[in-house]
Amino acid sequence: MENRQRYTPLILLLELIGVAVALIFLTPFYFLIVNSFKELKYILLNAASLPEKLGLDNFKRAWVAIDFPTVFLNSFLITSISVLLLVIVSSMMAYRLVRRPTTFNKLLLTVLIAAMIIPFQSVMLPLMRITSLFELRGHLYGIVICYMGFGISLSMFLYHGFIKSVPLEVEEAAVMDGCSPYGVFWRIVFPLLKPITVTVIILNVLWIWNDYLLPVLVINDNLTTIPLAVQKFFGQYLRKWDLAMAALTLSTIPIIIFFLFLQKHIIEGITAGSVKG
Amino acid sequence: MMSKKIKWTEWVQQTVFVGPGLIAFILIVLAPFVMGFYYTFTEWNGMDLGNAKWTGMKNIIKIFTDDERFWHAFWFTTKFTVAAVVVTNVMAFLLSLLLTRNLKSRNFLRTVFFLPNVIGGLLLGYIWYFIFVRGFRAIGEATNIGFFNLQWLGTPNTAFWGIVIVFVWQTAGYMMIIYIAAMISVPKDLIEAAKIDGAGAWQLLRSVTVPLIMPAITICLFLTTSNSFKMFDLNLSLTAGGPGNATESIALNVYREGLVNNRYGLGTAKAMIFFFGVALITVTQVWITKKKEVEA
Repeated sequence: MENRQRYTPLILLLELIGVAVALIFLTPFYFLIVNSFKELKYILLNAASLPEKLGLDNFKRAWVAIDFPTVFLNSFLITSISVLLLVIVSSMMAYRLVRRPTTFNKLLLTVLIAAMIIPFQSVMLPLMRITSLFELRGHLYGIVICYMGFGISLSMFLYHGFIKSVPLEVEEAAVMDGCSPYGVFWRIVFPLLKPITVTVIILNVLWIWNDYLLPVLVINDNLTTIPLAVQKFFGQYLRKWDLAMAALTLSTIPIIIFFLFLQKHIIEGITAGSVKG
Repeated sequence: MMSKKIKWTEWVQQTVFVGPGLIAFILIVLAPFVMGFYYTFTEWNGMDLGNAKWTGMKNIIKIFTDDERFWHAFWFTTKFTVAAVVVTNVMAFLLSLLLTRNLKSRNFLRTVFFLPNVIGGLLLGYIWYFIFVRGFRAIGEATNIGFFNLQWLGTPNTAFWGIVIVFVWQTAGYMMIIYIAAMISVPKDLIEAAKIDGAGAWQLLRSVTVPLIMPAITICLFLTTSNSFKMFDLNLSLTAGGPGNATESIALNVYREGLVNNRYGLGTAKAMIFFFGVALITVTQVWITKKKEVEA
């Protein structure tokens, strides 16, 4: 709002308040990290103290206990394939709905937007019937199809808002040059959608990576994702805080790295994604 | 002849561009949603998904006359939504006011406040479970402040506020980002003009900033309302509905009716009531705040 203020004592005071609140915000991470290095008896003695020594023993045991490499790979596969397909399918659909606003397509747009209000739990039980009927349960493609179904509304909506502002002239010139409709979309339109594609990717990655309930319902042990592994682990070793804290630290690291590397895009993406609402 | 060919290619294009997404949507969202209206009136269980027995109004009557636990969950979720929406938005609004000042640590602070949001509710719930159970005790022993010596997850009232705290911690940063974007786009000349007219900081905020960022307020209220009313992951990992059933949300109640008690028909009936609750609350809220929006 006011970028060119001088650095007054008031600003200094605000700065100090800001840093104090930030430290409070960070305390959960402090507890998480220090306790994942401690032996259980020290955690029980004082959970707030710094670790005696920085051994990786807890991490090694937690790594094995939740089978971290496997569950990480499962999470990675499910997230990346679902997000990739969502980008392809929702951008194509949105393009068509913008350029050919037939009665059917207008109705479809309304239905997709309205469906965003439906809570997951409201379709969950009949979905069990569908997934067993079409044999979608226990397979990678099954959960990917589920994520496409649940994700299409928001992703399509975001693309739709963006494509409306893409000028038609460029496309017309390409058609004159003999480009097929598919060529026009993939070679000319899609590259122009890059900013909103980044938003769509980020919002969907954060959602699918962290999602818990859908995987519980539609995948078997062979595809256990990180949240499921952590949940199962807690069910078994509730009071083994040393292992639990190390497992939680391990499990949060990948998404935190993702965030820190793509911070700028994530924050811009969230802004772009919300303004469309 | 020519027009027939155009029609055909149009049809092929429509299928290629819209088909895959439409099929996934119908199969995964629309069909189950419509089927839900039928299963609401049946006795149906998870062991035998193909066989649902029509029982008319039985489930509905049971829910309305003989299911205190569900209505308790409904009431809990409503109270939680009110508390979570108010605290989250006040917090996010204050943070965004702070971060639109000329602070040196602005970017760092923005990152910190947003950070909890990228971690899923399930993991956050477990992290905070540890903090409430062990971490607070350690702070309490060191400082002797009563606040930290409470049995946070042990009594209905403190468990309620425990979930609110974690929810606010998780979502405030997200809402803050939306408020900041809106505040930055308030035209500077409007602010200058108001200042020249002698508006104080409070007046400036109330009469210029807030009306102009009303669209952002609509969005943030919508997102927090719908997220808190649908809360599930955090509820499951932090309190699991306890102590007793004191902090069981509607989403958790529906989940347990279906997948734990194995009463799919009854669970679906509850899920449909849940849907109407969500729709009613979010639509009303957007309708009210939309009316307050003005053009810049």
